[in-house]
Amino acid sequence: MSEQPQFKVTIDNITIDVPAGTTILNAARMIGGDVTPPAMCYYSKLKDSGGKCRTCLVEVSKGSEKDPRPMPKLVASCRTTVMDGMEVKNITSEKVLDARKGVVEFLLLNHPLDCPVCDQAGECDLQNLSYEHGSEVTRYEFKRRTFEKEDIGPFISLHMTRCIMCFRCVYTAEQLTERREHGILERGDHAQISTLLGKSLDNDFIGNVIDVCPVGALTDKTFRFKNRVWFTKPVDAHRDCNHEKCNGKVRLWMRGEEVFRVTARKDQWGEVEEFICNECRFHKKEAKDWVIEGPSVIKRSSVIAQGHYVGTMKPPVLIDKVIGKQPKFLMEIHNVSDVNKPEIELSKIDGPAHSDDFVQGSKK
Amino acid sequence: MGTAEIVDEVKKSGLRGRGGAGFPTGMKWSFLAKPDGVPRHLVCNADESEPGTFKDRYLMEFHPHLFIEGLLISSFALGSNHTYVYIRGEYAWIPEILEQAIAEAKNNGWLGKNILGSGFDCEIYVHRGAGAYICGEETALIESLEGKRGNPRMKPPFPAIQGVWMRPTVVNNVETLAAVVPIINMGGEEYAKIGVGKSTGTKLLSVCGNINKPGVYEIDMTCSVEEFIYSDEYCGGIPKGKKLKACIPGGSSVPIIPANLLLKTAKGETRYMNYESLSDGGFATGSMMGSGGFIVLDDSQCVVRHTMTLARFYNHESCGQCSPCREGTGWMYKILKNIEYGKGKMSDIDLLWDIQRKIEGNTICPLGDAAAWPIAAAIRHFRDEFEWHVKNPDESQTRNYGLAHYADPIHVPASA
Repeated sequence: MSEQPQFKVTIDNITIDVPAGTTILNAARMIGGDVTPPAMCYYSKLKDSGGKCRTCLVEVSKGSEKDPRPMPKLVASCRTTVMDGMEVKNITSEKVLDARKGVVEFLLLNHPLDCPVCDQAGECDLQNLSYEHGSEVTRYEFKRRTFEKEDIGPFISLHMTRCIMCFRCVYTAEQLTERREHGILERGDHAQISTLLGKSLDNDFIGNVIDVCPVGALTDKTFRFKNRVWFTKPVDAHRDCNHEKCNGKVRLWMRGEEVFRVTARKDQWGEVEEFICNECRFHKKEAKDWVIEGPSVIKRSSVIAQGHYVGTMKPPVLIDKVIGKQPKFLMEIHNVSDVNKPEIELSKIDGPAHSDDFVQGSKK
Repeated sequence: MGTAEIVDEVKKSGLRGRGGAGFPTGMKWSFLAKPDGVPRHLVCNADESEPGTFKDRYLMEFHPHLFIEGLLISSFALGSNHTYVYIRGEYAWIPEILEQAIAEAKNNGWLGKNILGSGFDCEIYVHRGAGAYICGEETALIESLEGKRGNPRMKPPFPAIQGVWMRPTVVNNVETLAAVVPIINMGGEEYAKIGVGKSTGTKLLSVCGNINKPGVYEIDMTCSVEEFIYSDEYCGGIPKGKKLKACIPGGSSVPIIPANLLLKTAKGETRYMNYESLSDGGFATGSMMGSGGFIVLDDSQCVVRHTMTLARFYNHESCGQCSPCREGTGWMYKILKNIEYGKGKMSDIDLLWDIQRKIEGNTICPLGDAAAWPIAAAIRHFRDEFEWHVKNPDESQTRNYGLAHYADPIHVPASA
């Protein structure tokens, strides 16, 4: 068997060897941490996905060893394969950060500010993206785009106003089910996900569109308004599923003994590990239906991790490699700050803490 | 003549794609992959939807046989046994003309099986689009031709490797293919003698706007812009004694330039009607030949209103696939509408600039660039007119800004 050729690619000054044919995004994911571009539409498990949202744009400052010319435009890292000797700039490029900020602004332009009532809040890719790359205010002073509400069946709820047109759900229906019953209607800023004739989506694998949706456009109707995701605890569980394509490995979102929601297990990039069937997702809402394996491993940066789960993962810290030296600490905050002196133990104070307790040289 | 010789002649002729980008046709043809056992296709892009451009319509309406001849020669050179003409849906009457010309060619043995005993089979099919500007982008055209939604594809792979039904494909403009006929008749080198520099051959220009004689003109790319607009041989000047204010020389997507920069370059040289001279000075002080849609604006035209209508067009025609273009075009249109109707703010002009900057170059296909460039150029050259609209919200509703200083001679710094 012939060995697959390895290409050397440098992303933000960190060099890695990857097999030929790997995309820049996947090479960056192998490094991990901050140098990985965010991706809203790319989904490694869905063929042909990606290239649309433009959040993963990166600058190619050196094309390859053979042709060192830089690429003239920023490229979508999810759809551009690496060449040997390629040099890529992601967080080290002003141009990329500027363009990304623009893309985030465009994505949020018509997105409703209904996070407080959105079931996706807390595990929403767009929330995370705007928190990291967006700006605090909007410059958009016009009425936001709205759509007529469409009922797509008893299990999935469609909120077209929240959609960012990633096309993931279309690819999911195309590639996982026998027949795709929804798609994109209209074009431009009126483009919308629809079934055209108000059909309900009822294929036995269609529930996966909920998991692939990066925003709250497609949510689980059986979980609707029942709980915030960060109040529920994710546990890995499995059952003996008799659907030939489903192996019954799921994540349960529980509160006490109650199973609030069933989803597929997601990896560290928020992508489904294995797709699950509707039976497991919508109809097995009792703890006794499942064999519980234990608490799920959750990214430390996730809002869900605030519930103090065991085994949280820290992302690697790469700043020393990106800038090529150890970062220099400019000051020790306790030397200059009067707030929160370490010698004052707040837990030992009677009653609530007062502003005086934080000021240096206060009576205690 | 064999297939290689035809490609060679086209290369020698220096013919540049007439669809807008001006990419050398011979080079495009030589990129075509030729894997064994896989059919190749020539697709003619007759989805002429650029506002201001109507040259292909003229060719197909009045010279369909020349066009078919060009298609046939090119199909032979590229080895395409099934050649498609993708024509815009709004040209509803032209498919009949083409079908008739194709039938005539077929009856005379110029199409079909074993053409003139050469062993080469070729069929030409005319396919009507459904009315979408985006389907003029070559990969969207290919998707649409396959019967799918006309969304541009991600590149690479380029159509020359994987085009229609994932087979190697060349997509050429109508005028490009028609130009192949004189190239073969007179020889590539002879054809290259027409024109100047890298702008070889003749180019069709469709002239519209405030001009005495609008219509389609064939030029050899040696006349100056001034001559083209004012001479009786060509456009015959501006009607009703009005003055030239601005011009979009290559179809709505290319930058608009004021009269002073149109007639002379920033270096003070005369500007000529060819690829190089029109783009002299880059986007800062120049424009582009584009697809040859020459739109002339006189001093009674409002650049703000004009830019707004273009923004509306691109907003309407965006396919909605990638975020910057889908969201940005609508935003720019709304801001321009505010400015035009006296509800604009000074900060809106800078905001527009920032939006177009964030769209340009960051989209899947060139429609994003095409939406950004006209707005960028309008602000770059006509900022005072935008500011006047903002500062005089009432007056701007009753009268136009007029010519102002847009035709004044520009100061040319003395060169060392």
